[in-house]
Amino acid sequence: MSFVFSRRRLETLAPDEFRSALVARVDAGGRLVAFFGLPSGDGSRLHAVVADDARGSVQVSVAEVRGLFPSITPVCPQAQLFERELHETGSINIAGHPWLKPVRRPLAYNDFFKVEGHEIHEVGVGPVHAGIIEPGHFRFQCHGEKVLHLEIALGYQHRGIEAMLCGASPARAACIAELVAGDTSAAHTVAVCEALEALSGEAVKGDAAICRAIALELERLANHTGDLGALANDIGFLPVASFCGRLRGDFLNMTALVCGNRFGRGWIVPGGTAFGIDAALAEELRDRLQKHARDVRGAAELLFATPSVQSRFEGIGKITQEDCRALGATGVAARATGIARDARLDFPSPGYAGSGLRASVSQYGDVHARAVVRWREIQQSFGFLERALGVLQPGGQDADRMNLAPDSIAVSFVEGWRGPVCHVVLTDSKGRIEHCKIVDPSFYNWMALAIAMRGQQISDFPLCNKSFNLSYSGFDL
Amino acid sequence: MKLELAGTIDVLIAFLLAPLLPGIINRVKAVCGGRRGQPLLQCYHDVIKLLKKGAVYSRTTSHVLRAGAVIAPAAMVAALLLLPVPGRRAVMSFTGDVVLWAYLLGVARFFTMAAALDTGSSFEGMGASREAFFSALCEPVLLLVLLLMGMHSSGGPVAALVAVALIIVLLSENSRIPFDDPNTHLELTMIHEVMVLDHGGPDFGFITYAAALKLWMYGMLFSAAAVLPVFRPEGWLPQTGVFLASMVVFAVIVGMVESLMARLRLTRVPQAILAGGALCVLAIAFALR
Repeated sequence: MSFVFSRRRLETLAPDEFRSALVARVDAGGRLVAFFGLPSGDGSRLHAVVADDARGSVQVSVAEVRGLFPSITPVCPQAQLFERELHETGSINIAGHPWLKPVRRPLAYNDFFKVEGHEIHEVGVGPVHAGIIEPGHFRFQCHGEKVLHLEIALGYQHRGIEAMLCGASPARAACIAELVAGDTSAAHTVAVCEALEALSGEAVKGDAAICRAIALELERLANHTGDLGALANDIGFLPVASFCGRLRGDFLNMTALVCGNRFGRGWIVPGGTAFGIDAALAEELRDRLQKHARDVRGAAELLFATPSVQSRFEGIGKITQEDCRALGATGVAARATGIARDARLDFPSPGYAGSGLRASVSQYGDVHARAVVRWREIQQSFGFLERALGVLQPGGQDADRMNLAPDSIAVSFVEGWRGPVCHVVLTDSKGRIEHCKIVDPSFYNWMALAIAMRGQQISDFPLCNKSFNLSYSGFDL
Repeated sequence: MKLELAGTIDVLIAFLLAPLLPGIINRVKAVCGGRRGQPLLQCYHDVIKLLKKGAVYSRTTSHVLRAGAVIAPAAMVAALLLLPVPGRRAVMSFTGDVVLWAYLLGVARFFTMAAALDTGSSFEGMGASREAFFSALCEPVLLLVLLLMGMHSSGGPVAALVAVALIIVLLSENSRIPFDDPNTHLELTMIHEVMVLDHGGPDFGFITYAAALKLWMYGMLFSAAAVLPVFRPEGWLPQTGVFLASMVVFAVIVGMVESLMARLRLTRVPQAILAGGALCVLAIAFALR
């Protein structure tokens, strides 16, 4: 779902008012979904977007800041990473932030938090890892096997995605959004497309909207199934590991049947979808879905019914609901602590209208809870796809003829498989993209992982990390 | 001390067939996981490939790292000379040789850990620390198992308890699931594999081969514990046939355990090893009845 605001009509607040309004909204249960600055004269024009998930509403606040901006992090921890980002990009000078360390410049930074004392040892892992995964550096302060503190340094994959989007045509913007995070191609593309369509005033409805929901659900199925397999692999439970690895590929192949790409690239375009589903294809997809659903059920039931697996999953990497709320953690990680938030329900796109989906939650916030949330979401996605798969026509409006409203801000939310993806697109006075802010769930959740590791066994880190399965590139942008 | 040259053939069989055991285990795991799996002879290929390679040594290491890769395999070979095929005599045998056997494995472990610490890597240090802790717990259980095998060689509950305790010890000592995961690539969770991360080329070839020999020796113990209480084959050919068949069964059991169980969390490993010790104590109670 997306929201449009006219930039001219937004009231410019004084910095103090801006701060207190922001803190009040977050205290009232809002979630800070974007906080960024645009250069303006010798200062900066700050934009803060707060979403109220319960009401499905969004508020944008703007302030002109010159000189020092007193940090709101001490009273609103959700802002910590956004403020560090503002500081790093040189938008404003922030005073009173507990720790303004770089967000995406790992090489410029070597001043890790250090625990000192007898028998304390430090373990550094990465950025080059012993597996085919993305680069990131993890610094553990340990006492024996126990982790006292984990610090995560990212940014090795910073490509300047947001800068690339500035001035891009809608068609090009969608292509760039596909590259934000390879495993979340569909969600990021839908998010940027919905923002652009809101700006052009023509929301996508009907077949194209359903097609997009199908793309998102196939992506969810592939990744959640792959994650269950990866969790099994990390604890050496081989049958599920190898079956889920194969099944992940089966779901990716279903996506490829529709659009020719296993990650759904090129399927979604601004204004609609480039590929539809004809009768024969719908039949084929339904057959495959039924077959794979049976296989996934077998694998998942074996996983959750095996005592040695339960004993390994339970109580590991626990994070509390309070910590999740304070950090603004979202998606699977937050739902595993009982926070029933799902952008498909809170901010439903037309494709999900009357979907009958429910937020899949669990309680304990540990590895087991995150695995259970994934399995519940897999089951719901099967149900949704069974109802949605049918003959769907491709098309929609032509992306090249899209006219974006000038001087506007569009905010869009899409529930990707990790959690809600948020895109904010600002247009200039000629209706071109002036600025983009992309917030992947990983942006908040890496910090949640660091908190979840406190007091845990260092040998449990790979399992805990896998249970969050966050994106490096989605964070690094 | 008595030298039994007939046992030399058994040692040669061990040299030749030891790398087959990991191959059988991997094949069982692959079939249970619905995969085709690597070739049965993969371990031979790996060792030959590694022996052909050159070696790279980190500049922060000393001769201790190099010594580890020589002494540990040498200790394994020496230990092999002391262990008989069930029903026959070993190359060397004397009173108390079983204690020397256990501590030759200890020598191998000590030098592997020293080599790991020599690299100065935090991963290898953690691996060595885990290995030291778990093997210290395994040692008394292993000695109890050996004691029981020596004093009581008929069937019944004692033999069953001893066999289970032995399986617990050998899974832990050979870094198999549920104690360690020989296939993992995650430095933070590994035990044995992480200690040899900095070894390469021929050194690593020797280490891989020594690990296969160690598994083979524990297989011999398993064979003695499982077969001898049931029946004692006479003649060279039946003895060899029963022995090799029991080794295959042993590899299949290890493979099945790995397929059906997840790995224990590290804090549970001591409890599992102590459970082996408790089984031994129970077996002693049965044996003395």
